[in-house]
Amino acid sequence: MMKRKALDLWVGVFVAIGLGALLFLALKVGNLSSFSAAETYLVKANFDNIGGLKKRAPVKSAGVVVGRVEDIVFDTETYEATVAFSIDKRYQFPKDTSAKILTSGLLGEQYVGLAAGGDTAKLKNGDTLKITQSAVVLENLISQFLFNKAADGNKDSK
Amino acid sequence: MPTKPATDNLVEVDNVNFAYDSRQILKGVNLAIRRGQVVAIMGLSGCGKTTLLRLIGGALRPAGGEVRVGGRAVAKLSHDELFALRRKMGMLFQFGALFTDMSCYDNVAFQMREHTDLPEELIDDLVLMKLQAVGLRGAHRLMPSELSGGMARRVALARTTALDPMLIMYDEPFAGLDPVSMGVIGQLIRRLNDALGATSIIVTHDVAEALQVVDDVYFMADGVIIARGTPAELRASDKPFVHQFVHGEMDGPMPFHYPAEDYGRDLYSGEA
Amino acid sequence: MTAVISFLEDLGGRATGAIHRLGFASRFLLLTLQNSGMCFRRFSLVVREIYFAGVQSLIIILVSGLFVGMVLGLQGYDTLVRYGSSSALGVLVALSLVRELGPVVAGLLFASRAGSAITAEIGLMKATEQLAAMEMMAVDPIARVIAPRFWAGVISMPLLAAMFSAMGVFGGYLVGVRLIGVDEGSFWSQMQAAVDFQEDILNGVIKSVVFGVAVTWIAVFEGYDAPPTAEGVSGATTRTVVTSSLTILALDFMLTAFMFRGA
Repeated sequence: MMKRKALDLWVGVFVAIGLGALLFLALKVGNLSSFSAAETYLVKANFDNIGGLKKRAPVKSAGVVVGRVEDIVFDTETYEATVAFSIDKRYQFPKDTSAKILTSGLLGEQYVGLAAGGDTAKLKNGDTLKITQSAVVLENLISQFLFNKAADGNKDSK
Repeated sequence: MPTKPATDNLVEVDNVNFAYDSRQILKGVNLAIRRGQVVAIMGLSGCGKTTLLRLIGGALRPAGGEVRVGGRAVAKLSHDELFALRRKMGMLFQFGALFTDMSCYDNVAFQMREHTDLPEELIDDLVLMKLQAVGLRGAHRLMPSELSGGMARRVALARTTALDPMLIMYDEPFAGLDPVSMGVIGQLIRRLNDALGATSIIVTHDVAEALQVVDDVYFMADGVIIARGTPAELRASDKPFVHQFVHGEMDGPMPFHYPAEDYGRDLYSGEA
Repeated sequence: MTAVISFLEDLGGRATGAIHRLGFASRFLLLTLQNSGMCFRRFSLVVREIYFAGVQSLIIILVSGLFVGMVLGLQGYDTLVRYGSSSALGVLVALSLVRELGPVVAGLLFASRAGSAITAEIGLMKATEQLAAMEMMAVDPIARVIAPRFWAGVISMPLLAAMFSAMGVFGGYLVGVRLIGVDEGSFWSQMQAAVDFQEDILNGVIKSVVFGVAVTWIAVFEGYDAPPTAEGVSGATTRTVVTSSLTILALDFMLTAFMFRGA
């Protein structure tokens, strides 16, 4: 019937707008274009203290997101935290790259920062980073500050 | 033209009981309807006539007894067999029950499109023929909401007979119609039945119209068949209930007064 | 004492009645899913229902989305500017919409517009014996009438929620960047950095699909179960809107707790 063609047209328009909205959200509002579908390789690192690091936290180098934290487990033999993260295959890092747990802003979420070393051999899938620096724990920082203050006070009064 | 039908029974209702929740509606109904007949089932409102139709159509299952169509018990049919049977039955609902979201044309074409693989051109011819038979070919583009009651009923009749059913059931086909429309429907019921070689069951309490058109009448009251006969026999009957019904008497076996306390006591008791 | 007992009896009766109803509704849903074959073979049936449920809800969704986004922009700016974080306005608007307001508000609007219409239509078809007539013509009304409407609702909801969120972001942009003067660059860049496709957008879509199933299920069930009278249909329509709304909010809590715990 004549009415059916108009109906089909409107439904087609409706679905098109809906998918367009989804696309808009995915690309312009979210960060689909930057990461998800890329191929990655897995690298591990051990930390004394991961602080507030969570799964899916970004892995950045020079401030640019190059990967994601995939898994965090506690090693019962070394009593350290083993963090596994995936790095985009486009970015090859030397074997002596170091990993630090940093905080974005002053009180923001924590992420893994990679600083490239000088080794010519590159990291492969499954390698473990040798050099790591744990997260700064605020309480330790404060108690250290107070301890230093107290020590200075003692020195002065002696 | 179909050959003259054999005079065996198409529909048999065998000592059927049925109850809704706790209300016993049918208490042992016995009916036998021969092929080719137009039969009326009459009775007061709420006596179980429509329930009987639903039992024949397989929408309800009897609590006791059996309903047979074409020799087969309806309640024992599988889902597919029941649907196959229904394709050979047609039911005209009270007020038509046309699908309000489609035109008259689409309503009549509905069964053809759903159950057959006929090409659209053939369906077109069939639909127009069916509408012509009920006198509404010119209205085929209208929507049900644009039709009068009588016209809607006629379109529904065309829809019911779309696949040339062998059994056609009518639930109060004359309800709420003007005298002309009533006459039209009555004549159409007879004409279509004879043209299709079908069997028709009319549930109604419209005495005048029905008695003009049918071959046989069954009277129902209190969940059983209390009388049966040809229209002439029933008009002449002196059974009290039949007499009251056929002649529209105010009082008789069906009392005028709803059961109540003694009148005098009620007036003087002072209760509201 | 007897008053207390009869009150408790009444309460118990209602509770068991509600559970009976839930059971009946679940069987009904199963029946609808089982009879959905026709919907895929004759997709035009579903397309027709998408028009009535989805396309006709378009205006209300787009306009509401725009206004909600604009209000978010205003209120968000007002609060953020106190902490010097007005550049995070984009983040606030986008996350609020994509994670919560998009699916939930679009769901509520869909329930009241399309859900009630579906209930009323099915209820009326039942009251005028159209469903019974269809059954007598050997066409299963569940396959022909109920299932297409169900799938149309499930398909339309996520699309409407996405449109709501997109319009909302646009509304927030209009107010925040154009009207108030928040920096356009930081508006979009901080938003893109903060909104994750998997965590936020995909979860929002999952929510809207779940809401679509819930709302449409309730709508078709209430219509099918409505008493065939005027009061019956009107009561069923009201029940659809109320039950759908409460269900959306309850499901939202459960889904949010599940999806966004400690993210």
